[in-house]
Amino acid sequence: MSTIAIPNSSAVHHDDHSHEHHKETFLTKYVFSQDHKMIAKQFLITGIIMGVIAMGLSILFRIQLAYPDKSFPLLEVLLGKFAPEGRLDPNFYLSLVTIHGTIMVFFVLTAGLSGTFSNLLIPLQLGARDMASPFMNMLSYWFFFTASAIMLSTFFIESGPAGAGWTIYPPLSALPKAMPGSGLGMTLWLVSMVLFVASSLMGGINYVSTILNMRTKGMDLWKMPLTIWAFFLTAILGILSFPVLVAGIVLLIFDRSFGTSFYLSDIYIGGQALANEGGSPILWEHLFWFLGHPEVYIVIMPAMGIASEVMSVNSRKPIFGYHAMVYSLIGITVLSFVVWGHHMFVTGMNPFLGGVFMITTLIIAVPSAVKTFNWLATLWRGNIRFTPAMLFAIGLVSFFISGGLTGIWLGNAALDINLHDTYFVVAHFHLVMGSAAIFGMLAGIYHWFPKMFGRMMNPKLGYLHFWLTFISAYLVFFPMHFMGLDGVPRRYYAFTEFESMQKWLSVNVFITWAAILGAVAQVAFLFNFFYSIFFGEKSTQNPWQANTLEWTTPVERLHGNWPGEIPTVYRWAYDYSKPGHDADFITQITPLSETMSSNLPHDFEGNEEAERIQERWNIDHKSVDKREEVK
Amino acid sequence: MDIKRYLNLKSLLALTGIVGLSFQQVMAQAAGVATDTVSKTDGLGKTVGYYLILFLLICVVIGIIGKVLHVYELTKQIQGKKEGIAWNKVNGILFAVTLVVGLYGAYWCYTVQGAQILPEAASEHGLKIDSMFRITLVITTIVFVITHILLFLFAYKYNYKAKRKAYYYPHNNTLEKYWTVIPAIALTVLVLMGFFTWRGITNISSDQMKSALQVDVTAHQFAWEVRYSGKDNVSGRKNYKLIGSLGGLNSLGLDLADKHNYDDLKVTEIVLPVNKSVRFTLTSQDVLHSFYMPHFRVQMNCVPGMSTFFQFTPRITTAEMKVKTNDPNFKYRLYCAKICGAQHYNMQFAVRVVTQREYDKWVKEQKPIVTDDMKKEYQLAMKENVASKENKIALNN
Repeated sequence: MSTIAIPNSSAVHHDDHSHEHHKETFLTKYVFSQDHKMIAKQFLITGIIMGVIAMGLSILFRIQLAYPDKSFPLLEVLLGKFAPEGRLDPNFYLSLVTIHGTIMVFFVLTAGLSGTFSNLLIPLQLGARDMASPFMNMLSYWFFFTASAIMLSTFFIESGPAGAGWTIYPPLSALPKAMPGSGLGMTLWLVSMVLFVASSLMGGINYVSTILNMRTKGMDLWKMPLTIWAFFLTAILGILSFPVLVAGIVLLIFDRSFGTSFYLSDIYIGGQALANEGGSPILWEHLFWFLGHPEVYIVIMPAMGIASEVMSVNSRKPIFGYHAMVYSLIGITVLSFVVWGHHMFVTGMNPFLGGVFMITTLIIAVPSAVKTFNWLATLWRGNIRFTPAMLFAIGLVSFFISGGLTGIWLGNAALDINLHDTYFVVAHFHLVMGSAAIFGMLAGIYHWFPKMFGRMMNPKLGYLHFWLTFISAYLVFFPMHFMGLDGVPRRYYAFTEFESMQKWLSVNVFITWAAILGAVAQVAFLFNFFYSIFFGEKSTQNPWQANTLEWTTPVERLHGNWPGEIPTVYRWAYDYSKPGHDADFITQITPLSETMSSNLPHDFEGNEEAERIQERWNIDHKSVDKREEVK
Repeated sequence: MDIKRYLNLKSLLALTGIVGLSFQQVMAQAAGVATDTVSKTDGLGKTVGYYLILFLLICVVIGIIGKVLHVYELTKQIQGKKEGIAWNKVNGILFAVTLVVGLYGAYWCYTVQGAQILPEAASEHGLKIDSMFRITLVITTIVFVITHILLFLFAYKYNYKAKRKAYYYPHNNTLEKYWTVIPAIALTVLVLMGFFTWRGITNISSDQMKSALQVDVTAHQFAWEVRYSGKDNVSGRKNYKLIGSLGGLNSLGLDLADKHNYDDLKVTEIVLPVNKSVRFTLTSQDVLHSFYMPHFRVQMNCVPGMSTFFQFTPRITTAEMKVKTNDPNFKYRLYCAKICGAQHYNMQFAVRVVTQREYDKWVKEQKPIVTDDMKKEYQLAMKENVASKENKIALNN
């Protein structure tokens, strides 16, 4: 373990200088902070704001879908020429859909989720003073912030935001003549995404190097909590796949601005035949989905890690099959690189290739199934405390099952023929990626709020938030499956033009009201969150009686995390309700020598000396027991 | 330095004041600019205010309920009881209720909304897809129900009791092997079936390709251009650079040097003979589109610069389908399923399946795509071309 010495030496170094660093200004503490905890909070609050905006956008287009013929003067007041006569413009509708998707997938569920919890928990749960490179960490946030600002600024330009869907398939996204949303808005979208990827790479490199190099004494890889495993594999996924998106984006920028033909060929638009020949939009699809599919696991894996941790803590039980959970995460990570083609079954990709991708896709369902069953087994015979975090973790499992099962349909090339680009797909990914990942994020927020702000969130408002959100999410997305099975394509501005779709209009009204209910429910969360930051009940050091290292730090949240020496880790993170021990949890920093009554042979990992000591103790103790019985 | 310092009442009031003032100013400006829209937005403030007050009222009610619960719990605490409301129990019960109501809701959706989905497949390969569909539906529904029963029942049954200790159960390799292997087997079955179905649909011998009725579809923003291949059953060549040539008549960019073009037919609806294989060749002139005919379980993207194909055999005529679906207005439809611009939602084209006899009659009525005007323009252009060539030769001399 050559890695152990490093954090300790840096710790000493830090302690020497800590007195000089005390003069913190507002700027260095809250704005250009290099403290991982503050950066985590910056990511979280930016993520929440972006999430609220993206949710607002979805309500706008849901209103259009529910009432396609009705005029809402308020919309015109708010949106001006994007909603002439109080009805959304079809181009603006597509822009709303596009930006909703982009913000939710990248800005909320990638940066808001990984950025927050990787930054917060990696040093805290591994026993490090900070990230490997705090400065790069700060840059990562500010790149993300700039990317967010640019993405939102597109609402204030004349041609409107990008409108080609979040997958921005060329030629639609490459030709400004094809739609207004492919003008300046698309250029800014591309710029914003390049900055975003830079941010996410800086974050990812930091996460991986911190996890590999800065674990405290005794924290070997197999003692890491599942959250850290999830963040670790997520970061690797991001590092390997995000650059491919940048490559694709650069080629698209070249096609748009410098007359190249990577994606363009044989195009006649606006009364003019373009000179571009020999390119193929399929190339973009390959490059995009090479990121795009790992991306959905970048979104869901941290949520899974958080859910595993939260469920174990609140069931007061070890996570079932820790090794299987890690191996299934690794399996998902590896497989996620070879399944991207299932987004392209009917795009004109060679059909034989489609068959191959179908096989790899359905294989990835196996590790996902293992995770689900392990979660169920973790709940079984637990002693479940329904903290708001626990509710959201259970909600995640439910969404992951419901949405994951429809993945088996869509991964099947034959079935995908008729389901591709319909509402069935919308329902599928909103449940498995949208709802499940958001629930993971919310579980994380409720669970680690005391660690971030030193105060507790109001649990009752949390219950209200959970139940309203959980129910409304199902009410929104469950009926969409059936619309998809009726062959209703997605990204349709109105269902009024086809007689066969008229029967879904009433369902659309229902879905919209369910969505509004879900959106209003978030007010309970937002109020709870921001109110509790300042006025919430003060937290104790370990409010959930959890085992992991972050709860051994003081409530005051020091720069450098632990006031003295970094604690040493002696055991895995999941010794909950261990038989023979008086309390129902044993923290990772409790040595085995202090828990002689509950040690199991497995705990010694083949250390013969320790086993001998334990045996001797057992014999002594048993004889004592017997003597007592005799008396 | 604490951020809380900035949060005293005074600065908050000041902030609201500033925001309020600037908002008023903006509104005043907007009002000044848009005096004519005033009539339209008249009473808008009232409506918005109404909903705002309604919302605030709900918030207040929730706040009051919260306070009442808090007071109740406090009094219980004073009386020396540990917990006023057993929230763990309440949430556990809510999970049980959700399980029952949710399963009923899912059942309701399956029966009521499930009755609104597409009728049986109107194509031969569609039958195979439908049987795949049914098998997948049954398997996934069983898993969905069982896992949800377990999830919510566990949540209900094992809610917290101070006296109980959870069962320390870190792993069980046998159990884990079971739930790795069983899904793996189920998925292998699905994969194999899916793979062969998919290959059966997409892997077509070249003899079958040639014998099928050839139909060529060109998509553009926001319409479909369809031509039948005529007597020779070969669609003529196209070249996008010729689009708009021949005095603007050549909207598809037909290459009139190719003889195969002359017998091709221009149609305004897709009419297919029942039980006869038809092969669609798809391209796009501008952006991606998707050729989607859900009743036939047919979808394929239209890609500029590349031809894509879909071959299938319709098996039910429109007339028969009207009887089967009990819907006298039933029509087959062609949609665009790939986002393609503002009118994406309205790219329709009529499709009809008829008997062979009706088809033969219909096809005779269709006009060739190369009109006499186009031919004239083409000959004129050729002559000019020849003349200019001769001119050049003359000049060279």
